[in-house]
Amino acid sequence: MSNKQQFIDGVVATIPLVIAAFPFGVVFGAMAQTIDLTALQTVGMSALVFAGSSQFIAVTLLASAASFPVIVFTIFIVNLRHMLYSANLITRAKKWPHYWRVPLAFWMTDETFAAVSGKLLRQPETSGLRWFYFGSAIFMYSFWQLSSLTGFLLGQKLPGLADWGLEIAMIVAFIGIVVPVLKARADWACAITAVVIGIVSYDWPHQSGLLFSAAVAIAVGLLVDRRQL
Amino acid sequence: MNYWWLIFAMALVTFLPRYLPMAFAGKLRLSPLILRALEFVPIAVLSVIIAQASFYRGGILDISFSNAHLIAASVSVIVGTVTRHMFTTILTGLIVFSSLKILFI
Repeated sequence: MSNKQQFIDGVVATIPLVIAAFPFGVVFGAMAQTIDLTALQTVGMSALVFAGSSQFIAVTLLASAASFPVIVFTIFIVNLRHMLYSANLITRAKKWPHYWRVPLAFWMTDETFAAVSGKLLRQPETSGLRWFYFGSAIFMYSFWQLSSLTGFLLGQKLPGLADWGLEIAMIVAFIGIVVPVLKARADWACAITAVVIGIVSYDWPHQSGLLFSAAVAIAVGLLVDRRQL
Repeated sequence: MNYWWLIFAMALVTFLPRYLPMAFAGKLRLSPLILRALEFVPIAVLSVIIAQASFYRGGILDISFSNAHLIAASVSVIVGTVTRHMFTTILTGLIVFSSLKILFI
């Protein structure tokens, strides 16, 4: 597959995820405006941090007058899942020059990881994966800036946008990525454990439930796995 | 204090976890067990996100027929298991969700 084709595939695979993320960007922009961030700071945060959940935590904590160190520490904990994503791609990333790794790592999000790992689960031997990643990431990045700015400019005029339920696009996109590749018993064991523990640990602080559930699910997957190491 | 300091600090603690594993890729020898564990990351993490986003509505556990997200997600899981086709799975979920919203709200 050519690099251009990989790039386009990356964009296409990310369309449902961009649709789902857009309203969240708008809500972020609207919230940022209410706590007196300037337009430049709002888009600046989206451009430099580029992490939806972190940005929501920042504006929420700023609204409740939390100190900067508390905010930064909380965000660090929440972002630890990105470390798992990055580690998952190690065997591919070691073939990439560092001037590719830095921007691609910067653009790592739940959405792009979902698209890229889905591609790898379906086509483990695919070549030019970094172009697929690049396509997914740049598409996500552009629309994240656009949505934040939209929210900042007309946040108050778009009542209830977050209540439209557009995150369904993310839910079914993730299902479309994960479920078709569940084949071995270990895969199913991992997924079912993740669902059950994920529901139970939903309201643990700072998304610790997400990390805990993933860790238990991985352990269960390893235990059930019958392949020789 | 200036918000820009906060933004730069946030950028740093967001970038490092994203970059460090990739930065050391190729230099670090990982045991076969760790590599096998990392293979399960996408299934594990995405399944947690799917479950939390579909079972909880507005922060409350909602297992009922009024939870359109959960119904659409369940249908998607079934279609994904049977067809093993990504776009069919996504499309079915979106159609079920929009139909529920149009018919019942």
